[in-house]
Amino acid sequence: MSIFVNKNSKVIFQGFTGEHATFHAEDALKIGTQVVGGVTPGKGGTTHLGLPVFDTVAEAVAATGADVSAVFVPPPFNADALMEAIDAGIKIAVTIADGVPIHDMVRLQRYRVGRDTIIIGPNTPGIITPEECKVGIMPSHIYQKGKVGIVSRSGTLNYEATEQIAALGLGISTSVGIGGDPINGTDFVTVLRAFEADPETEIVVMIGEIGGPQEVAAARWAKENMSKPVVGFVAGIAAPAGRRMGHAGAIISNEADTAKAKMDTMEALGLYVSRNPAHIGATVRRAMEENGIAID
Amino acid sequence: MNIHEYQAKELLKSYDVLVPSGGVAFNAVQAGRIAEEIGGSAWVVKAQIHAGGRGKAGGVKVVGSVDEVKKAADAMIGNRLITHQTGPEGSLVQRVWIEQASDIKKEFYLGFLIDRGTQRITVVASGEGGVEIEEVARESPEKIIKEVIDPAIGLRDFQCRKVATAIGLKGKLMPQAVKLMKAIYRCMRDKDALQAEINPLAIVASGDEKLIVLDAKFSFDDNALYRQKIITEMRDLAEEDPKEVEASGHGLNYIALDGNIGCIVNGAGLAMASLDAITLHGGRPANFLDVGGGASPEKVTNACRIVLEDPNVKCILVNIFAGINRCDWIAKGLIQACNSLHIKVPLIVRLAGTNVDEGRKILAESDLSFLTAENLDAAAAKAVEIAGKNQL
Repeated sequence: MSIFVNKNSKVIFQGFTGEHATFHAEDALKIGTQVVGGVTPGKGGTTHLGLPVFDTVAEAVAATGADVSAVFVPPPFNADALMEAIDAGIKIAVTIADGVPIHDMVRLQRYRVGRDTIIIGPNTPGIITPEECKVGIMPSHIYQKGKVGIVSRSGTLNYEATEQIAALGLGISTSVGIGGDPINGTDFVTVLRAFEADPETEIVVMIGEIGGPQEVAAARWAKENMSKPVVGFVAGIAAPAGRRMGHAGAIISNEADTAKAKMDTMEALGLYVSRNPAHIGATVRRAMEENGIAID
Repeated sequence: MNIHEYQAKELLKSYDVLVPSGGVAFNAVQAGRIAEEIGGSAWVVKAQIHAGGRGKAGGVKVVGSVDEVKKAADAMIGNRLITHQTGPEGSLVQRVWIEQASDIKKEFYLGFLIDRGTQRITVVASGEGGVEIEEVARESPEKIIKEVIDPAIGLRDFQCRKVATAIGLKGKLMPQAVKLMKAIYRCMRDKDALQAEINPLAIVASGDEKLIVLDAKFSFDDNALYRQKIITEMRDLAEEDPKEVEASGHGLNYIALDGNIGCIVNGAGLAMASLDAITLHGGRPANFLDVGGGASPEKVTNACRIVLEDPNVKCILVNIFAGINRCDWIAKGLIQACNSLHIKVPLIVRLAGTNVDEGRKILAESDLSFLTAENLDAAAAKAVEIAGKNQL
């Protein structure tokens, strides 16, 4: 088991024939992902990487039975591509683009009401269930199979945490990047809920950033609803107020947005908080020991 | 992207929102001419900088003659205005806005923002205008009214009436309030604004009572500027840090800070975490810099050059966890940068991820002396130690 994607997921790529989509489709195939085709409007009927290309997502779904889409469509057309995926009945759509206009996301989230597609991103490294399915741009070779679930806003900080966890001899059940934008298709709570329900995940690492109320909402949800330990870190202890720190969503607008305030609240709610980004692995170890979870 | 008050007023005017008649001047003579053109017996001269807190800092003057308009404009233009938002060096005033002074009866706060919790545009209003809304939120949160807008339906009249009633706008002012709120919402949506803040919105009396926008602040979504020609043309580069502008031209995300450890990192999250690790070891980062994905040797060289333009930098921490990036490219870039820029300060390099072994080998085989670190903690500790030594 795992969350959202696994070896049975049938993946299509939107914007399939582009450079990045091609590179990461090849990498996804290498780890065993069932890539079943792709969509590039205007190139329907051709093949790419030996797989069929379609003009529309609906055609791709009808022909291949795809249920997951990796959306490699540039920001100006990204929200439209996501709506197309939702309309075609895709269950999980992962959208990589950094730079999707925020008003497009406001409209997209409204469009999603009453439909059950899970949108992961934008501005995300994607999602990976090691040795089964990669939908994104992360370096798949650093992810080993295991019992730790990871959810983060940032890509590189997700890799950093994964390396610290690997140094303990541990692997990952599924890793999810929810993205660095102010509006995420999927929030931390949705991912935590999935990890709680997943028998393969025994502990969860949640890595947030300055800006927005999400980390605290997730910590509250975890306190009420989770039996599994949650390790938390929030990046941006040293970030000045009022500046966007690289990610569109990483900005301190008020006291509650700061890394310290978020981590204080997380700790008060019973999460295992790593106050130092270099101590995420050590904090995972402590949480496992205290909860009698075997490190092997 | 932010714009000046006068640009925000001109934008609102194009949406039929009532703003005081006025004009923008780049020198005292122009200022005097504008005052004469708009007429009246009292004028307000307002320094145009993006930072807030202008009033308290002397950047807003109410005067009673054209001569005084010229004098006030002359005193402001060409000088630096220091407000609590500009930092101690202040902002250079290059233009002033002159408008007719208004006979203010009462002031309100009216803001539109994208609320991250509801993921929708939300109206925020208060009967307490002219003061900072953060202060009101802290002192008396019950005085702040919020109304969430469904993007599929838009802002409805009844919602505007609800907000107007709650902040004490009634009678003949009610239809004006509805028209004004709907216009600002349309403007925000059409122009991809992140925030529109009217503070104060005022009731003025000269004959019939009217609702008028006395100050307006807009910020726009950088990611949507490609479809916002009019807004893009309003950009004032003089208001932005020239190094940040230059860095963004090279595809780098740079923010200057006040420490002495330069930072070059890939990814915003890891870049923030690197500053955190330095701070937790007792050091002070000189900057935030995200080189992004696909960092070519040229990009790395530009990153080094921009970081080193800061004379406080005593050493540079390079922290790369390569996903799309490749450690061998980064290593080649660092060698190229050292050779072309004749870098004198120590470089502490931590490489991880894609092609890490090749990257480390390239650094080790070069005749340059890089300090390497195995992980984030060790890299930060080393950088802090070296910056401390170089200080003495």
